[in-house]
Amino acid sequence: MHTLANIFHLGIKELRALKRDTALLVLIAYAFSLSVYSSANSMPEIPHRATMAVVDEDQSPLSRQILDAFQPPYFLPPVPADRAEMDSGMDRGRYTFTLDIPPTFQRDLLRGSATAIQLNVDATQVSQAFSGAGYIQQILTTEVSRFLDTTGGREPEAARAVIRARYNPNLTQSWFGAINAIINQITMLSIILTGAALIREREHGTIEHLLVMPVTPFQIMAAKVWSMGLVVLIAAVLSLEFIVGGWMAIPIRGSLSLFVAGAALHLFATTSMGIFFGTVARSMPQLGLLIILTLIPLQVLSGGMTPRESMPEAIQQIMLLAPTTHFVEFGQLLLFRGAGLSVVWPQLLALGTIGSVFFTFALFRLRQSMV
Amino acid sequence: MIDVFSNALSNALSNDSRDDCVARLAGVSLRYGRQVALDNVTLTLPARRMIGLIGPDGVGKSSLLALIAGARRLQEGTVEVLGGDMAKTAHRRRICPRIAYMPQGLGKNLYATLSVRENLDFFGRLFGQSRQERDRRIHELTQSTGLAPFVERPAGKLSGGMKQKLGLCCALIHDPDLLILDEPTTGVDPLSRRQFWELIERIRGARPGMTVVVATAYMDEAERFDWLVAMDDGQCLDQGEPSALLARTHSDSLESAFIALLPAAKRRGHESVKIPPRLGTSDTAIEAHGLTKRFGDFTAVDQVDFRIERGEIFGFLGSNGCGKSTTMKMLTGLLPFDAGEARLFGQPVDPGDIATRRRVGYMSQAFSLYGELSVRQNLELHARLFEIPAARRHPRCHALLDQFDLHHVADRLPGDLPLGIRQRLSLAVAVLHEPEILILDEPTSGVDPIARDYFWQLLIELSRSQSVTIFISTHFMNEALRCDRISLMHSGRVLDSDTPAALQAKRGCDSLEEAFIAYLRDALPPDSASSGERTAAVSASLLSSIDAQPATNGADLPRPVRFSLRRLFGYAGRESKELQRDPVRGAMALVGTLLLMFIMGYGITMDVENLRYAVLDRDQTTTSEAYTLNLTGSRYFDEQPALSDYDDLERRLQRGDISLAVEIPPNFGRDLKRGDTPEVAFWIDGAMPSRAQTIQGYVQGIHDTYLEQRDRMTSTSPAVFDVALRYRYNPDVQSLPAMVPAIIPLLLMMIPAMLTALGVVREKELGSITNFHVTPVSRLEFLIGKQLPYIALGLGNFLLLVALSVFVFEVPLKGSLAALTLAALLYILCATGLGFLISALFRSQIAAIFGTAIVTLIPAIQFSGMNYPVSAMEGGAALFGQLYPTAHFLTISRGIFSKALGIVDLWPDYVALLVAIPLLALFSFPGLKKQEA
Repeated sequence: MHTLANIFHLGIKELRALKRDTALLVLIAYAFSLSVYSSANSMPEIPHRATMAVVDEDQSPLSRQILDAFQPPYFLPPVPADRAEMDSGMDRGRYTFTLDIPPTFQRDLLRGSATAIQLNVDATQVSQAFSGAGYIQQILTTEVSRFLDTTGGREPEAARAVIRARYNPNLTQSWFGAINAIINQITMLSIILTGAALIREREHGTIEHLLVMPVTPFQIMAAKVWSMGLVVLIAAVLSLEFIVGGWMAIPIRGSLSLFVAGAALHLFATTSMGIFFGTVARSMPQLGLLIILTLIPLQVLSGGMTPRESMPEAIQQIMLLAPTTHFVEFGQLLLFRGAGLSVVWPQLLALGTIGSVFFTFALFRLRQSMV
Repeated sequence: MIDVFSNALSNALSNDSRDDCVARLAGVSLRYGRQVALDNVTLTLPARRMIGLIGPDGVGKSSLLALIAGARRLQEGTVEVLGGDMAKTAHRRRICPRIAYMPQGLGKNLYATLSVRENLDFFGRLFGQSRQERDRRIHELTQSTGLAPFVERPAGKLSGGMKQKLGLCCALIHDPDLLILDEPTTGVDPLSRRQFWELIERIRGARPGMTVVVATAYMDEAERFDWLVAMDDGQCLDQGEPSALLARTHSDSLESAFIALLPAAKRRGHESVKIPPRLGTSDTAIEAHGLTKRFGDFTAVDQVDFRIERGEIFGFLGSNGCGKSTTMKMLTGLLPFDAGEARLFGQPVDPGDIATRRRVGYMSQAFSLYGELSVRQNLELHARLFEIPAARRHPRCHALLDQFDLHHVADRLPGDLPLGIRQRLSLAVAVLHEPEILILDEPTSGVDPIARDYFWQLLIELSRSQSVTIFISTHFMNEALRCDRISLMHSGRVLDSDTPAALQAKRGCDSLEEAFIAYLRDALPPDSASSGERTAAVSASLLSSIDAQPATNGADLPRPVRFSLRRLFGYAGRESKELQRDPVRGAMALVGTLLLMFIMGYGITMDVENLRYAVLDRDQTTTSEAYTLNLTGSRYFDEQPALSDYDDLERRLQRGDISLAVEIPPNFGRDLKRGDTPEVAFWIDGAMPSRAQTIQGYVQGIHDTYLEQRDRMTSTSPAVFDVALRYRYNPDVQSLPAMVPAIIPLLLMMIPAMLTALGVVREKELGSITNFHVTPVSRLEFLIGKQLPYIALGLGNFLLLVALSVFVFEVPLKGSLAALTLAALLYILCATGLGFLISALFRSQIAAIFGTAIVTLIPAIQFSGMNYPVSAMEGGAALFGQLYPTAHFLTISRGIFSKALGIVDLWPDYVALLVAIPLLALFSFPGLKKQEA
């Protein structure tokens, strides 16, 4: 009972301290509002304003029809070029794609003799290259069949593929970007807040002061976990409701209370991680480097940036130990696919387990580093 | 008003003989935010004297000295030093080599990881001395101060007294005419203090023209000075020769003279401390036998014994770092001990035992309450933590506010209060739970005499009427005299314990200080005890070496050169030595980048593979099976058990078991044969849009292939046309060759920027930035000098990354390594420049970390074309992407790595980087001030 009271009061103290730190409050507000908005909108639709040069050696109605099909916002207007310009432009990164439509393309096609359009892709432009190439191929095929249909050169399609995307019918990038940004901010802020709070207490000597009172390291740590966790949780929920749901008008499925429960478990793990870093780092600069060195892999490899199943098997396995992996999955299941407790319980269980292990370990370290 | 004043002053100056004063201040005020540090101070400091600024902490002594040294920017009033206006940059630059300034705090302007020689060498370089001259001066200074045996020892490992001597040597390396010392002896043992003043005396003897201005909180020291300025509350109370001050106030000691000088309102209620005799109980409250604590191979506390009785005031007297705090911490259970025994109330001390903590009150050396909580909130929090029942909590806090006279500040933040009041609050918190033992670690350092007496009255009250045992440490002799018994401590050992009178009697000395010094001389090994004598012997050489003719008229001194490579390399060399000695920082930077490169190189895969899908085949014919075979055969897809119905489809998509569901309609085969155009439905999980789009493309492709194959087999319709797709520069479409050239720019931006920013902000936070303020080093020299080591580190980092790419990831470097290295160098210059810009904006290290992360991470990842070309962005993002150096280096890196291009093809990007470097420097200049604001 007394333990609980201590944890509560020490936590209130943390909140009061945070309240006085205007710079940090501004940062938290920024992280969950403007930063979420801009991250969501910085991911262009694929392809978006792709640059393209075209060598049109055919100059036929069909070649013009094809060129007209490349429209903004997906493509910038194709630039007419000759073969030399086409190569040098791609070398300098001016064009991501170049098309070469051969002479007599339309005539060959109508005659039924084999012909080919050459599509060059700058493979260094990673994500745009791969998906853009598929997109361009599709446009070419569609335009050619439409042309042949109208000119009667071809039979109708034998079967049709009807492709529908579930949970995000228009595949709007910002939906995903916004939720992902919130998830990343939750992780980043909770680690930084608790880690820095611990180092600050040590630098100011207040942690020593606490330890000569009838207060245990467990209470000190639990107080930081609940108070910082609560701040981040409230900020995240507000951001989800008002920034994502309200301002950006992104439909959110799934129950909010379930999200809160999952986020709380995740925060349990990440705040413990912050405390752990606080015990490892001897100074703020070391904490800073440590945080950067862990945050990047956490964000990049947990499935929020690229699909997990495409990563090497070893990395997939290792990342199962990171709370973010489960939280990203949980977020997608819940917020996009509207899954309920019956579906997400394995993620919750994983988060709880990882959190407990981290907490115990950090507590052990804290006890050690204190004496 | 002030104009009139300064006009009058300059008139007066022109008539005056300038030789008589070293500094004149007129109407000087200084504010930090709302807090007034100096309030309309007008003061003339005579030349060639030893001038003491006396007064407690926080009355504006340090601010005044910083203004005279030119380290702080003048806000209001005029300051003339060495015959010129300190508000003028040209004058400051001219006289800067004639002033030496040693800021407050033990070794605050020293570099802890650098050795004694390296520290001195650094200062010598800043004053433009040649190698021979530096070596000669270092030799002489260390000889005459007795530091010679320790020249290779890091400054951080010196004792307090030696740090002070080193600080003094650093200040004296350029023969100043004005030596400014801010509390040089605070916290140093009495023997070292005495040696320090003897040293200053000898130097003054050798350079009679030199003026020394000293701030001090020790009144006994000040009695020896030629001229005193008494300060309180940002104002000058009085000045004059010590004897004159004593005479004017009819006092017999400076301490009482100072109290007499204070305004009446402050003096009210002050009475001198009287200690009633202790009523004898002889129960033992605290007991220690052979208490020992080691940190590594350093023994902090060595075989300490003492016994303290209930109700006794027991003092620990000793210098900083002699083991007082460590002993106290062991008694509170904060630190475990290595040997010996400690008992509180007859019970062995057990760090895990919470019950004893309730009987002990502890007040640590530094103020350690929560600055973010008000006085009342601090009390209430602690009352709760000590489980004072709710009903008693409020009255108890109220009573304490009464007893410690804190009512009028109950709702203010401790940070805004004077030190004396803060110390009272600390004591109130320490006695809140009515402990039987109070352990107080230097509770009164920096507190003014009146507040100190008041504090002692509280202690006496607790000891005598409530029988609280008080264990207190101090380095003030007059406080030690008030204790019932004291222990003299030095280097972890107790030299002797007894009543102060008995200790004096044992050594036959008139004062406790003399007695302590006598004990110290006995305790020290013979060679260091005689260092004073030896010093005297060699000071002849010092006499001969120091230029004995100080130029009092600043006008004839040559202007220091504007740009000096020696000063620049002074900073660069020092920074790189510090970097070498902080292996954690360097290792994190190097190993960290490699680790991140591995993770990102292997982890980020842009090709979407192993997509799990399942089929809901409602036709179940050979035709439908043939259709799905196309999917099964694809390397992109990974088939899962077939779907049984729509519910199953829905559920598994939702769970994320599959990212694609294929539904083949009933009668697919029949309809296909009849030419009825059956529709195959594909359901894609759209939660991750980029993946969904890729799947869309794959599916369409596979469907088209199926139709084509079928056409070829069944009908006469010819194969129409083909898209000849060529992936340039990376024909096999592997992720690594695409990602590696993009990760290098990202990592090369973050790490050098972060390290540079922290390198500068650290100096701000730790105080060594003062050296930049008070030495002739220019902003440009500082800027380049600080960046050079990180540029070198960045280049090393770059070469490691390239080696890793070529040899481990096997991503070939198609273009020229030289061209890439040149670009990398330019780019790293941009990165460190950006770090420098950030450092100009922030004061605390944690803010600099946040700032660097925000300024480098997001733009470099999102706006620089790593994933999406800059041309794909719009508006602000696009503009930012084009301006940000990463975008240009990314183009160069990809061009040279994958496309075998050279400088000829990529020159616009080189130019962009070249332009960014001076621009960044230009932007950082306004934030980088030669004086503290």
